[in-house]
Amino acid sequence: MLAYYIELAVRSLKRSPGLTILMVLTIGFGVAASMTTYSVFRAVSGDPIPWKSSQLFVPQIDMWGPTGRGADGEPPDAMDYTDAMKLVRDHRAKLQSAMYQISPSIVPADASKHPITTSGHAVNSEFFPMLDVPFQYGSGWAAADDEQRAAVVVISSKLNQKLFGGANSVGKTIDIEGKDYRVVGVLNNWNPQPRFYDVVNSGGFSTGLDDVFLPFDRAIALAMANNGNTNCNEIPKESGFVGLQHSSCVWIAYMAELDDASAVNTYREYLDGYAHQQQQSGRFAWAPNNRLRSLPDWLDSEHVVPSDTKVSLLVALGLLIVCLVNTAGLLLAKFLRRSSEIGVRRALGAQRNSIYAQFLTEAGIVGVAGGVLGLLLTGLGVLSVGWVLPKEIATLARVDFVLLALTLLIAVVATLLAGLYPTFRAARVQPAWQLKSN
Amino acid sequence: MSTHPILAALRKHKAGVVLIALQIALTLAIVCNAIFIIGQRIERVHRVTGIDESNLFLVTQQWVGAPDADDPAGIEKLDSMQREDLAALRSMSDVASVAPINSVPLLNSSWNGSLSLKAGSELRKGGTRTTFYFGDENMISTLGVRLIAGRAFTVADVQHRSLHDQTEPSVVIVTKAIADKMFPGGNAVGKAMYVDGSTTPTTIIGVVERLQVPGTGSWTNTFVYNATLEPLRIDANFARYVVRAKPGRMEAAMRLMPSTLYKVNPMRVLDEDSVKSFADIRAEAYRADIGMAILMGVVCLVLLGVTAAGIVGLTSFWVGQRHRQIGVRRALGARKIDILHYFQIENLMIAGGGAIVGVALAVGLNAWLMKHFEMDRIPVAYVLVGLVALVALGQAAVFVPARRASNVSPIEATRAV
Repeated sequence: MLAYYIELAVRSLKRSPGLTILMVLTIGFGVAASMTTYSVFRAVSGDPIPWKSSQLFVPQIDMWGPTGRGADGEPPDAMDYTDAMKLVRDHRAKLQSAMYQISPSIVPADASKHPITTSGHAVNSEFFPMLDVPFQYGSGWAAADDEQRAAVVVISSKLNQKLFGGANSVGKTIDIEGKDYRVVGVLNNWNPQPRFYDVVNSGGFSTGLDDVFLPFDRAIALAMANNGNTNCNEIPKESGFVGLQHSSCVWIAYMAELDDASAVNTYREYLDGYAHQQQQSGRFAWAPNNRLRSLPDWLDSEHVVPSDTKVSLLVALGLLIVCLVNTAGLLLAKFLRRSSEIGVRRALGAQRNSIYAQFLTEAGIVGVAGGVLGLLLTGLGVLSVGWVLPKEIATLARVDFVLLALTLLIAVVATLLAGLYPTFRAARVQPAWQLKSN
Repeated sequence: MSTHPILAALRKHKAGVVLIALQIALTLAIVCNAIFIIGQRIERVHRVTGIDESNLFLVTQQWVGAPDADDPAGIEKLDSMQREDLAALRSMSDVASVAPINSVPLLNSSWNGSLSLKAGSELRKGGTRTTFYFGDENMISTLGVRLIAGRAFTVADVQHRSLHDQTEPSVVIVTKAIADKMFPGGNAVGKAMYVDGSTTPTTIIGVVERLQVPGTGSWTNTFVYNATLEPLRIDANFARYVVRAKPGRMEAAMRLMPSTLYKVNPMRVLDEDSVKSFADIRAEAYRADIGMAILMGVVCLVLLGVTAAGIVGLTSFWVGQRHRQIGVRRALGARKIDILHYFQIENLMIAGGGAIVGVALAVGLNAWLMKHFEMDRIPVAYVLVGLVALVALGQAAVFVPARRASNVSPIEATRAV
């Protein structure tokens, strides 16, 4: 029976090619616009570490007080040196790390080559196990290396390729800012997007790769400059890098792993206790105003998904709805034009259900054709987002099987929905009336 | 022509009428907001920076194994390295002028703070927000900023210090935006004020017409032209130089830049981003805005195309359906133009009704976007222009099927379908 309906549908669609092409184009463009913007939205709103994001938390301490809070009463979104060091030393979470962005230069062993600049982070040893950082060779450094401010470094696979041709470089030495560092680990193509461990400085997404990771305390001891943002509520009282460390300026990112609800509660109490203690000692002249957000909540509060991406997706969905309304109108015209044909079929004994099946089949065929066109246009759309979107976002959008399947599915389901009312009207055609008027 | 028969006929096609009207309403709502977004982005991109952007480029470089900027000897050494670079750049034949600088407009790397008439005020909540440009006596002329009052910096004004040193300069130049805000009575030159909550006063010695801040994010919207220029060379392990090439010689100057700097001192890092023309800085800063405008433009075109095609499709169907009635009307004496007008007025009523609903939807959508995203209130003009445009689109789309209807011969009346 389906074969018969398909034959009927194809014959009907061929009879008015203009209208058919119009419907297919409408569905194709509507679906493609939605899926192209969705591919971008999907890329930027994804969870960078889905298996663990609910256990990762970002603490915020209000070291600025009322004068430094935003209109929403939020404390600063980074930490000053004093508080970050206190949290690391107290070590109340299962794993934790303070982080700050550095940009040291590396001098190649080959003297004929110019020095290169790198981007990276100074972190604690627990950074690597906490974030399940994948290693190609070696591993992170030990807690003892943190304390001893050891000259050790973890490098990206890209830098390893550049300096050592991709060979296992663990144990080899590289010259960073004029000092020798022993390579202890090489990352295995680690480039999470968004750059969730330091959203404040990366703004979420970045085309650059973190090439080097050094022990936090060593970077501090060597006065390695902070390459990220520094925000102050008051001008530091002393000058220099030491002045920055003694000030309430915020420039350090912080993350902690807390495995269950009770650990989260305990940590929250610990933070409040700490702020309370600071209040009693006179450093804070205000009540505790801390935050402890899980990673997904943190990314949300930092507005990592650009509002442009969200607005684009909404506008494209609006376009899809208009396309569906349009298709519904065209299908209605097309179906009702065949009232007499329906009348004859009904008079010859066709059930209402058969009419439903016949016309929904026709709508479905339009949907499939629109979906196929939508696939092509979505492919083109995703390829061309590079022309209109910022590089760091455009490179994330990609076509994959899920996107293609979804494109086809949405095209067919949407067209069937658009065809429901016209089919309902077609099935209600009164056979007697149609036969009489002929 | 009486509208009564048209209304009576519309009642027979309720579903089709509602679908077209709904489509026009949704199209109007989306197109108005999309065009508003485009307008805002274009306005943003066309903001003037206040500098002369042609023949201008920026050099950012980092020294390897640089002396410590936290100790006085290190600062002196860094400063002499910087002055050596400046001298080498100034001696290049393609270069007109050079100044050390911490940032330029649209670079999205900035040093911000506040100015106040009171000593020791709050850094974040007191006073006038400003960005700071640090540079030497050549900064204003190299940028091509117009000085409208007072004097420019002289060699004697220029100090040098490390990035983390908090001593404030004794003289600064501010933009007109700041001068007008802090000294509404005019004549800011010679007045004293306090930088970043400091307790020692700083004197304004000059006012420049306009200079945009480096940040382009929405957080800078409240102080786009609040800039303070300080006569200061910053001594750090990196340095930035803004270079004005002689007319037409920018490419050549940019090409020679790395080798010239390596010749002065090879222990430095220059990468592909180190030498950047201002045109590139501008393009990068507004890439997202232009992209969004293009995207919204494409969506608008598709929407209008789909809606116009939908009107053509449905009206054609109606014309086909009413062939006989049209024939009867023609036989009874209606002229071609009457038939044409019939369909045009019918479309005007449907599109007009849809567009009025659309205006409400457009304002509602705008209010929703304002609540959830950074969006301004849509001006009434946008909505009205959208309304007129969609009604015009409806008329244009209906013309072809309506003309076909007007060509129906009166003889159709005598044919039995």
